Amino acid sequence: MKTVDCCTDIEYCNGRGLHRILMAVALCVMAFQAHAQSSSTYPLPDTIDSRIQACTACHGVQGQGTRDDYFPRLAGKPAGYLYNQLIAFRDGQRKYPPMNYLLAYLPDTYLQEIAGYFAAQRTPFPALPKPDVSPQVLALGKQLVFKGDNARHIPACSACHGASLTGVSPDIPGLLGLHSKYISAQLGATRYGTRVGGKTNCMRSLTTKLSEADITAVSAYLSSLPAPLDPAPAPAGSLKLALTCEGAETK
Amino acid sequence: MSKPSTEHRRQRIAASRSILCLAFGLFAVAQGAHGQEASTIAEGQYLARAGDCIACHSDPGGKPFGGARAMATPFGTLYSSNISSDRQTGLGDWTANDFYAVMHDGHTRSGAILYPAMPYAAYTKVTRADSDAIFAYLQSVAPVHQPNHDQDLRFPYNNRQLLVGWRTLYFKEGEYQPDPSKSAEWNRGAYLVEGLGHCSMCHTAINALGGSSESAKFQGGLIPMQDWYAPSLTSNREAGLGDWSIKDITDLLQAGVSARGAVYGPMAEVVYNSLQYLSDADVQAMAVYLKSLPPSGDTSAPTVTQTEEKNRLYPLGSKIYAAECAMCHGPHGEGKGWDFPPLAGNQSIQMTSSVNPIRMVLNGGYPPGTGRNPRPYGMPPFAQSLSDEEVAAVVTFIRTAWNNHGTAITAKDISALRTAPLN
Repeated sequence: MKTVDCCTDIEYCNGRGLHRILMAVALCVMAFQAHAQSSSTYPLPDTIDSRIQACTACHGVQGQGTRDDYFPRLAGKPAGYLYNQLIAFRDGQRKYPPMNYLLAYLPDTYLQEIAGYFAAQRTPFPALPKPDVSPQVLALGKQLVFKGDNARHIPACSACHGASLTGVSPDIPGLLGLHSKYISAQLGATRYGTRVGGKTNCMRSLTTKLSEADITAVSAYLSSLPAPLDPAPAPAGSLKLALTCEGAETK
Repeated sequence: MSKPSTEHRRQRIAASRSILCLAFGLFAVAQGAHGQEASTIAEGQYLARAGDCIACHSDPGGKPFGGARAMATPFGTLYSSNISSDRQTGLGDWTANDFYAVMHDGHTRSGAILYPAMPYAAYTKVTRADSDAIFAYLQSVAPVHQPNHDQDLRFPYNNRQLLVGWRTLYFKEGEYQPDPSKSAEWNRGAYLVEGLGHCSMCHTAINALGGSSESAKFQGGLIPMQDWYAPSLTSNREAGLGDWSIKDITDLLQAGVSARGAVYGPMAEVVYNSLQYLSDADVQAMAVYLKSLPPSGDTSAPTVTQTEEKNRLYPLGSKIYAAECAMCHGPHGEGKGWDFPPLAGNQSIQMTSSVNPIRMVLNGGYPPGTGRNPRPYGMPPFAQSLSDEEVAAVVTFIRTAWNNHGTAITAKDISALRTAPLN
């Protein structure tokens, strides 16, 4: 908590010079304004973002994400993808207790509305910390992201997540604006079966082909990429997917 | 072969007419029986919801009524049983008598005594007709083939013979007997609260023997292993409803929110799976009964304890409140309608147990999404942005500001609850 020290003792303040008094007055005015502002916003308007403060406390008011590695950006991800994740958290297939707890008793229609809200947000991408890895690691990451590895039957990320890596509507997420640690944690959790989406897809079988070094490289490289010119996911059906994902996990 | 005579033909026509009539009659009877069966099943579904069977007898994300939900208890882990219509692993080849024996007396078909996690101490009050309707409904749900899981209880609780002693102390068999001095509405409410609703399972302290004492009924208790406090329904200093309006009680039970407060945690589950589906008349009856429970415990106004801890934490708590909480709960804790519960005069944050308000500040929460409140406002979590000291300060502030009569809490209380299970 930041506190503002309003100087009220005139003699004490005088003794410290005019500029200090001015500074103190300025601070007091700012504090008063902040207070007045918080009172004037009460009560909050009935909007979806007033309703979902339990989500935005960690993901940001527009779903822009925060500095915390594990509170990912949601803004602009395809609505179908977000909805599937909300359902998977609610029903306990995707496990993260704070999310499982929050969503446990929310109906489908509300989750759809929440997914739609974050999907529609267009907010600047954050400046992410520069990944602390060697140029060789970044080069391997770039290779896997845009070319994949034919010899090991690993398709490029861009083959399904779109050439600009902003995802494809309705179900394939964008990969930009996410912290390196978050991406690697998701790839690891998918590989070990602890991250399961509401819909089956081929990420499980794909991640089992990735080594630890591959995951580090892909995560570091993705987090090093600049904001895309157009953050919108590619339209549904605009990309011929590299793998036929339907039912891939059940085979 | 001679041609059939006219007489013979006439007889034949008459006979086939009779057969047709008989067939039609039988068909009509079958239709009637089918209609009756359908209405019994619908009634059974309603009653199964009143009993919240689905909450324990379904694994989260699994198929309804397939059982296998693991429930941690102080005595070990219990797994709920499959009550779907599957013949091998569910109740498919049970009879209504078998089912009533479990509901009424806690005995399974094989003669084993059930652990009292199955709330038969409450369900014993259910009438035979209602038990039969629930059974008919369960027989109509899709079969789930899922063998029951062995119970995993520690010694000595794994010895079911001990349950004979438990039953002597805490189980009183018998259907609900209406109190003729009360209204039909009150009696309906009592039947639902004490029977299918099994409210006393949580709202009565559970002792070391796993028993809920009759004399302490509805006086509140910490729910074992979940670390949520189920407040007393009798003390007006907890969730006692003596000074609540019937409307606020019915709103809370049916919509999950009210002008006095909202439900979170285990009670959110009860509203989501069970109470939101009850008729207005039944929820009203429950409210009338709950409001009539005689007050217990100390009802005198408690004195405010100006502890050193409170004096130290209050100013910091006040600042945090103004910055983080006032925009929703109001500058004076007055709240706003259903969406932002009032904190001034809110019993649930002033109770002796501070577990619930601490959990709410740490983890936030959504009230359940219900038919009457499908888009609930969520309370944001603060575990990620406030330190133990800051949470202790703001919770101390809301427990003691605006004439609230709670006591100060410490950073130690917060750190203990940071690791409490979330669901």
